Amino acid sequence: MDIQYFYDKMDRNNILLSYKGDITSELLTSILDIIESKMDTLQEKPQLRKKVYIVLVELLQNLYHHMDTPSMDENAEITKKAIFLIGKEENHYKVITGNYIKNDTVPVLKKKMDEINALSPDEVKEHYKRILSNGQMSDKGGGGLGMIDIARRTGKPLLYEFVPVDGSFSFFTLNVVIE
Amino acid sequence: MEVITLESTPKTPSIKFDSKEGKLQIKGRSIPENSVEFYKPLLESLGRYASSPTNPTQVDIQLEYFNTASSKCILDVLRTLETIHSKGNKVVINWFYEEDDEDMREVGEDYQAIVNMTFNMQQAELD
Repeated sequence: MDIQYFYDKMDRNNILLSYKGDITSELLTSILDIIESKMDTLQEKPQLRKKVYIVLVELLQNLYHHMDTPSMDENAEITKKAIFLIGKEENHYKVITGNYIKNDTVPVLKKKMDEINALSPDEVKEHYKRILSNGQMSDKGGGGLGMIDIARRTGKPLLYEFVPVDGSFSFFTLNVVIE
Repeated sequence: MEVITLESTPKTPSIKFDSKEGKLQIKGRSIPENSVEFYKPLLESLGRYASSPTNPTQVDIQLEYFNTASSKCILDVLRTLETIHSKGNKVVINWFYEEDDEDMREVGEDYQAIVNMTFNMQQAELD
């Protein structure tokens, strides 16, 4: 294991923080704390600070809730793993998340994101309002509002990728830029 | 008479509700993973209050951040207030936002439109 290689790679890619493993509520509290004080040190403008913070909340809670999915099959281990990277380049932040999802949820998720990506920023706002006032929320709260909120706040399409792993799982990557 | 007093935490706002005074205050950050669970006691208490409310009811909402999971719960709070209002009771809703926080002001306006009540939009310094 070449730790210097990791160091240089993270350095070149301007990574502030990276994590791989279980996503717990306590972990999210700590991560948000770290990023908040980091932005404090960097003296970021309040507006950017808020945007980064709340988008990060939505992204990380997406991972958290996804991992709640009960899995009875022998591949249960694989669904427990998630990764995220938080980076900063000159004037923007980037957050990349990655997690395994079951193949049968890929089309639903893909369709949802494609629908959001087809909308203009104003339409995204209207869509958000409509889902908020009419949408059914799950027990976990989300109800699909999280992805719309990320698109609404960043003003950009959701950049995603699904890489098939095997007959049951795909690896889902979401790449978000906040400026 | 019902009283709810919750101190704020890094992920949840402070909540003060006093049914006798007819006052509700929600203040701080609302980003819990389990928002439905967090807001349940308040929603239940407000629901009971709605059947025999104090007149007027005064509500201060001063949120710094909230996640999408909380946004539906806050809407449920506002919808309960709307039922009180629709029965001819006075409901005063003060929606606070920080000076530079256009987004929080917009969110307040969205809520206003959804529940069909007029909020007092107020700039505030968060402490």
